[in-house]
Formats: sequence, C-alpha cells, structure tokens
Amino acid sequence: MAQSIEAVTELSRPADRGERLRRFVDTFGPFITVGAILLAWELMARQQIVTPFLLPAMTTVAARIGDDLISGRLLLDVALTLYRAFAGFAIAAVVGVALGLLIARFVTVRWFFDPIVSFALPMPKIALMPIFMLWFGLFDMSKILMVAFSLSFQIVISTWSAAHSVEKELVWSARSLGASDRATLWEVVLPAALPQILTGLQVALPLALIVALVTEMIMGGGGLGDTMLQSARYVDSPGVFAGIVEIGIVGYGCIAAMGLIRKRLLAWHQESSNGGTM
Amino acid sequence: MTAALMLWRALPVLILAALWETAARTGLVSEHALPALSSIFAALGGLSAGDLYYHTARSVGRGLIAIVAAIPFGVAAGILIAWYLPVRVLLNPLLQCLYPMPKVALIPLTIIWLGIGDVSKITLIFVGALVPIVMAAFNGARGVDRTLLWTARSLGASEVRLLWEVVLPAALPEILNGIRTAIALAFILIVAGELVIANDGIGHMINMWGEAGHYPGMFAGVIVISAVGFAADRAWVALSAWLTAWRQ
Repeated sequence: MAQSIEAVTELSRPADRGERLRRFVDTFGPFITVGAILLAWELMARQQIVTPFLLPAMTTVAARIGDDLISGRLLLDVALTLYRAFAGFAIAAVVGVALGLLIARFVTVRWFFDPIVSFALPMPKIALMPIFMLWFGLFDMSKILMVAFSLSFQIVISTWSAAHSVEKELVWSARSLGASDRATLWEVVLPAALPQILTGLQVALPLALIVALVTEMIMGGGGLGDTMLQSARYVDSPGVFAGIVEIGIVGYGCIAAMGLIRKRLLAWHQESSNGGTM
Repeated sequence: MTAALMLWRALPVLILAALWETAARTGLVSEHALPALSSIFAALGGLSAGDLYYHTARSVGRGLIAIVAAIPFGVAAGILIAWYLPVRVLLNPLLQCLYPMPKVALIPLTIIWLGIGDVSKITLIFVGALVPIVMAAFNGARGVDRTLLWTARSLGASEVRLLWEVVLPAALPEILNGIRTAIALAFILIVAGELVIANDGIGHMINMWGEAGHYPGMFAGVIVISAVGFAADRAWVALSAWLTAWRQ
C-alpha cells in the first residue's frame, strides 16, 4: 500500500529517508519524466503507431525548430510576439497600478470605477477583438491595445486590494510626522504594497502572452501565433508542433524572468526591513 | 440593498451608457464605429436575435461540458499528486510543462487533430480548464493542517476515507477558487477558439457579423457573451459561498 508523503514525521529515520527521496524526486524527477515522454514520443512516431501527420517524430520537430532558428524566422516571430505582449502589458501595468492607487485613495474615484471594474473583470474581454479590429485596424495598434485592455482590470483590482491592505499604522505614522500626500504615496503606500502589486502583475503576465497569440492567430501580421496558424492551415504538422514547443519555452521564459525581477525588487524590500530592525 | 442605493451604485455605468448613446446619436462618432446603444439592444430582439441566442447556447454548452468533465479529473489529479510520490513523479513534470504554456497555443493542434467542430473546441477548453483546477487541488491538499491528519489517522480512518472526508473538505476553498479561474479561462478559450475558426458558436457569429458590417449585431453578441461570462462568475461565487458555509 502506498505510504502517503505527508504521513512521515520529521524525526524518525525512515522519515529522513523519505525526505531525501522527496528532494531527489523534486530535483531530478522532472528531467527523468520529460526524458521518458520525449523518448515515448519518438518511439511512437518511428513505429508509425499514429500517422506522421498526427504526430511527427520528435527529432523532425527539433530539426524544424533548428531550421527556424538558423533562418532567423524564429527570432523574428518571438520578437514580434513579445513586443506586442510586453507593450500591452506595460500600458496595462501603468494604467492599472495608477488607477488602483487612485481608487484606494479617493472615494469619488472609487464610486465611479468600482461598478465598472467589477462588471468588466469577469467579462471574456477577448470577445471585443472584432470591435478592436474595427476601431484600430489589423496591425500592431489593435493587438497591443487588446492586450492592455484584457489585463488592466485585473491589475486595477490587485493594486487596489494591495494598497487597501497596507497597515494603517504606517500611514498614520507618516502622516503624523508631517508627510505630504505625495510622500506618503511614494514612500509608504507604494513600497508596502509592492509585493502584492507584483503578484498581481505576475498573474497578469501569462494572460498578456495568451492574448497576444490569439490576436496574431486571428489578424495575422507575423509572430508565433500567426506562424503556427499558417502551419495548421497548410496541414504542416511539424510546424504546429514546433510552434507549441517554441511557445511553451517562451511562456516558461517569461514566467521565470518575472520571478527573477520580483526577487530583485523584493530583495531591496527585505533588506530595508532587515536594516530597520538593527 | 435598497433601490436608491442600488441606483447610486449603478449610476457610473448608466452615465457611461448615456454618453455612449449621445455620442452615437449626435454623430460625434460614426455609427459604423460605434452603433447607438439603443440599436444594439434592438438587435437583441431583432431579426438576427434567434441566431444570436442559438450560437450563444452552442458556445455555453461546449464550455459547460468541458468544465464539468475537467472538475473531477482535475481535483483527483491534484490531490493524488500532492498525496502519492509515484503519481507526483509521473504527473508533476507534465503539469510543469503545461502550466506556463499559453493554452491558446493548442488551438492549431486541436484543429489538425480533431477538426473544427465540437470535439476540438471541447478538448481545448477541457485542457485549459484542467490546469488551474489541478494546481488548486494540489496546493489545497498540500496545505492541509497536519493535526487534522494525525487525528483522523489515530482514530483509525482508512486512506480513502482520509482523502474523502479530511483532505477534500480542507482543500475545498482553494479548489473552488481554482475552478473560478478555470471558468474565466474557459470563456477566453471558447471565444478565442471560435474566433479563430469554427462553424458555429458566438465567437464565430461575432466574427461573421463584423465581416458583414452588421455592427449592431456584432456589439450585441459581445454584450451577450460578456453578460453570460459575468453571470457565470457571480453564480460560481455564490455557489462557492454556499458550499463553504459550514466553515463559518
């Protein structure tokens, strides 16, 4: 009978072994399983268990990615997609954080935007894409604005709740020491709310990539989404699989980069709090 | 909430609606760029309204089937990954590959594997909805209070009963939250998948009307699917509150 992982206590010897095994699995397990999946993929394709159209061999797909890389098309596509995703993300971050802070600070702003934001938040905003195409055309403008629009409300909400949950004592202390509105915002509220704001941005980032890819699939104009949909249209399945792998790697890279940036920004945050205790 | 208070809360939305109507009526913006709100509402009951509701129902049906299928699979997978080492070794790397992957990247794959009909759309939404549910169940099951487990064990609870009667209820709030994320993602995938290519469904209809220049219909479609997405989210929040009422 399988022993549950959590059942072991920290002190006894088998627990120690369980802990070590668990750490080993957490570190190396992914490589082993991914290796096994890749091997099974290659074997299944080579043995023609399914047709090469439905499942091209792993090596074929890898060769395709290599070709894309050498011809420079991959870099161009990645650059286009990332440009659209990050331009939209940047707009949404600036607008969303600013509006979130304003909502948390001013009652009138809250009164006006609360119903609008809470109505727009659960809406599938991607449905507005044909409207954005109508208004802003088929090129980068509509794609970037679509990304920005899709993310903004989420960022507003997370910033608002972050600013709202800043300890009142901090704000009161700053005020009683004569800090102006602006100083309170920049030097107390924003740093204190930063971890939660960053969490909101981290949640929003994958969505930026999703929306950028969909806009490319629908409107064309280059980028990973466009290239992949073209491959599907020309029943070029190695191209489709190469696209999936490429997008997966880009997505993983974005999330990892965001984690690093967070560590940077919050290292400063923790340093300052450590310094404060001394 | 009293009527006056509700009106006060809804006032900003009404102001925006009034501005929209005036801007369109006075010709400040072209009616092709922004049809008047009244003509959009007219489209909700006009000649094309039958199509509108039929295609919305098709889309919602697809989403519903996929979500209902994803919930048991996702919850079971998440709890088992958190609970048993072999399952974790087997499934966790798969999950880690799928998690950062933008699920819309699977649209072309579902097209070449399964075509452009119901099966391809439902599979896409199923996979997309599965990931947040698995993650939520995994995190929820991992965070179960150990004292609860020790108590249940010492009282002689079997492994199955432990999972069913201790772990699942303890992880429930997180699971419900994960399903909420999954529902939001499902709507994105429904509409995106249908906008890219489909034979029917609201995304397809919005696209067709946009291309045909029937803009009131297009805006009406956007409003209907947005309203459905909003209602689904609110309904799920209410259901979650009801399901976790015993916690208070």
